[in-house]
Amino acid sequence: MATVSMTVNGKPVTGNVEPRTLLVQFLRENLRLTGTHVGCDTSQCGACVVHVDGKAVKSCTTLAIACEGMAVTTIEGLAAGDTLHPMQEAFREHHGLQCGYCTPGMIMAAVDMVNRRGHVLDEKTIREDLDGNICRCTGYHNIVKAIAAGAEAMGKTGMPVRQAAE
Amino acid sequence: MSATGIGAAVRRKEDHRFITGQGRYTDDVNRPGQAHAYFLRSPHAHATISGIDTGAAASMPGVLGIFTGADLAADKIGGLICGWMIHNKDGSPMRAGAHPALAQGKVRYVGDHVAVVVAETLAQAKDAAEAIVVDYQELPAVVDTATAAGAGTVIHDEAPDNTVFNWHLGDKAATDKAFAGAAHVTRLDLVNNRLVPNAMEPRAAVGDYDAGDGVFTLFTTSQNPHVARLVLSAFIGIAPENKLRVIAPDVGGGFGSKIFIYAEETVCVWAAKKVGRPVKWTADRTEAFLSDAHGRDHVTHAELATDGDGRILGLKVHTKANLGAYLSTFSSSVPTYLYAPLLSGQYNIPAIYCEVDAVYTNTAPVDAYRGAGRPEATFVIERLMEVTARQLGKDPAKFRMQNYIRSFPHQTPVIMMYDAGNYGASMKKALEMIDYKGFGKRKRDSARSGKLRGIGFSSYIEACGIAPSAAVGSLGAGVGLWESAEVRVNPVGTVEVLTGSHSHGQGHETTFAQLVSDRLGIPIDNVSIIHGDTDKVQMGMGTYGSRSGAVGMSAIFKAIDKVIAKGKKVAAHVLEADEADIDFADGHFSVKGTDRKLDFGSCALQAYVAHKFNGQELEPGLKEGAFYDPTNFTFPAGVHICELEIDPQTGVTRIERWAAVDDFGNIINPMIVEGQVHGGIAQGVGQALLEGARYDAEGQLVTASFMDYCMPRADDLPSFDVGMTVTPCPSNPLGIKGCGEAGAIASPPAVINAITDALGHEDIAMPATPQAVWRAAQKSISRLAAE
Repeated sequence: MATVSMTVNGKPVTGNVEPRTLLVQFLRENLRLTGTHVGCDTSQCGACVVHVDGKAVKSCTTLAIACEGMAVTTIEGLAAGDTLHPMQEAFREHHGLQCGYCTPGMIMAAVDMVNRRGHVLDEKTIREDLDGNICRCTGYHNIVKAIAAGAEAMGKTGMPVRQAAE
Repeated sequence: MSATGIGAAVRRKEDHRFITGQGRYTDDVNRPGQAHAYFLRSPHAHATISGIDTGAAASMPGVLGIFTGADLAADKIGGLICGWMIHNKDGSPMRAGAHPALAQGKVRYVGDHVAVVVAETLAQAKDAAEAIVVDYQELPAVVDTATAAGAGTVIHDEAPDNTVFNWHLGDKAATDKAFAGAAHVTRLDLVNNRLVPNAMEPRAAVGDYDAGDGVFTLFTTSQNPHVARLVLSAFIGIAPENKLRVIAPDVGGGFGSKIFIYAEETVCVWAAKKVGRPVKWTADRTEAFLSDAHGRDHVTHAELATDGDGRILGLKVHTKANLGAYLSTFSSSVPTYLYAPLLSGQYNIPAIYCEVDAVYTNTAPVDAYRGAGRPEATFVIERLMEVTARQLGKDPAKFRMQNYIRSFPHQTPVIMMYDAGNYGASMKKALEMIDYKGFGKRKRDSARSGKLRGIGFSSYIEACGIAPSAAVGSLGAGVGLWESAEVRVNPVGTVEVLTGSHSHGQGHETTFAQLVSDRLGIPIDNVSIIHGDTDKVQMGMGTYGSRSGAVGMSAIFKAIDKVIAKGKKVAAHVLEADEADIDFADGHFSVKGTDRKLDFGSCALQAYVAHKFNGQELEPGLKEGAFYDPTNFTFPAGVHICELEIDPQTGVTRIERWAAVDDFGNIINPMIVEGQVHGGIAQGVGQALLEGARYDAEGQLVTASFMDYCMPRADDLPSFDVGMTVTPCPSNPLGIKGCGEAGAIASPPAVINAITDALGHEDIAMPATPQAVWRAAQKSISRLAAE
């Protein structure tokens, strides 16, 4: 067993885990943060996307101990208290979800997309950039609309992007 | 129309929990003391088992129990069932082999269940499973749909030539006669490719047993928890129904694959008592590929006869349907009564004859997948219509319109009585939306940049609102397909609706609440929809076949009628008027011709305090239930047109435009309906361009992960132009038809018709991958060069 410490959604956490424990297992089983999902085991579907030190990673192919000392944000930590993140609000407003299973990963990937590519995202950019996330319900039509609207709303709320840093 | 009533694009009530990570799916359920199950699965497609040695595995760390088919048999746990009896042409019953939850001496597909290990952790269970020694004697595998019958290797002794049934529908003599007088006959050989449903949430189960009162609880990824309880109780024998609670919490997509009762949940709930601990199992994606019921897998020869004017005279279809290694819960109904009755499409076809040979193979069971039989029927008729139009030199849109059914009701030669529709209106609108007149110019523009542009039509019809109970009973169904609802009004006027439908993405918590809000005149936030728990909700039949609106909501409608009728009795006492003089509208009971009125909430309170009436003459309380049995199927129909461009250098197909015009009857929430259409089209485009489950000759599934099975991604698809026409359904009180499957039914032939139009070919197999399209495009180019 190994001890791992990290910050999850702003709170310091420590756990004893087998070294083979994946980040998604640590989140779901040790911390009972079940909003992050597993859809494929092969890094294809993106249901498990979380942010580690501000960047999107697939937590189903990341070892928990590789995140020692890092800051992890999951879907549960995205809203500011009762105020939804603009991307969450955009998914609701534009019907960007049906069964909801891929949704946490979609929203976390979408926020990362805005961080990388800015607040003005055209359809082609969104569709190509979303190639790491699979949705079986929506046909992506409304997810694309939601991400464009969420990106714009993030800009209006003055949320910074890291675009310039890349 | 109010902002939250019928017809309004109300934002979904359920979304808050999903977008904040608070959804509660089966794998999110953790019971105190929970252990983990891992299934040892067959690595062979076909083998006998002469021994299973669990000795070494049983003593490994953390192992709580290892069970095989012998243990289930010892506890008299029965096998899995098929709930629809099909009869052969000669009237004899279908030949069904046993389907044990854990193998009994033989395995019949890769992934078949051999043993289960229950351990403290999943890793320990997996480690122990590796130490189980199984003595297999391999047998030749039967994989191919077209040649499985009489392949020489017997999969089930009950079906010695691997044929489950030879079934037929229609009038053979009349059809032969129609063909004899035909001016033209179009012949096509078609393969409807095998698909894996791939809901994003893998199947999962948590079984629990309370030794104190002898009650089992099963959390499971089910579209129909009551049917699961019925089967697990009455047929498999886990426990009597009153000692078995089945809960289907949030379910992450189903598309049919979560209708069925599988081995894993059966074993988990049974094993919970054996080990005295809750037992959890969650499929990984490869397990899902191996053991979820697959869809489609038809091989068909079809012929369409027309007269000298291009009018259809008759249709002949002969289909071989692969049902896999065992008969899954509703498998036998899919290539029969969900298929052949839809072969008339939207057309006047005087004579139809369809034969279906269903076979066993050493592959995963095949059952209903989004559309279930209806996409296969639509593919047959819409491919024939397109090819016939080309062979006759007719415009494909005009040829369809020439043959559309125009008067209703219309009795087809294959069971169905279409009750209402306006197919020409949908076609007209779709042609405008896609700018059909401008297609020629766009095709020339594409040609100038070296691209091949094509357009393809699909005029689909489906039968939803499944289904009138007596009718399906006469066709072999083991159950009735009504739906139930209870409308429970609280003393403060808020309402809980307990529905037998189950939502796994369809948004029932919103649309059902819209209906209640609209009819009772109360705020939508005052309405809660409760589903998915057999301890809370009365017996219901669940969600599949686009039945939740037409059947499930009709049950709610009927229960609301009773609530209003009871409310009028209460209001009559409170308002001191005759019951016949009480009206109900806009949330108020009022006395005709006066300004005396009582709001709905106050009426509810009066019903419960029961001070203003005699409780012996009028029962206190305000809670009503209803069971609604539909009188007919519903018939959603529409036209989808796909326009695409092929790059002959790479074989890559890009869908440039998609116009969908659907007639779903009256619509409760257009936002949700359009979302259903989008998702259905995506799955159909996936079938046409990307997806295909492939077994090799030894029966190994070579497409068993998302790295091998190509799921549609965002950049594979365009935005869709979705329009509606409305012909209300005459057979249910809301006039709604259902929308869940339309996109998946309509889209595959639209895509293939467009590709073959672009290439100038008669046919191309699905999935039309870039490699397949490139090969076909090279042939087109050499032919054009030769001309």
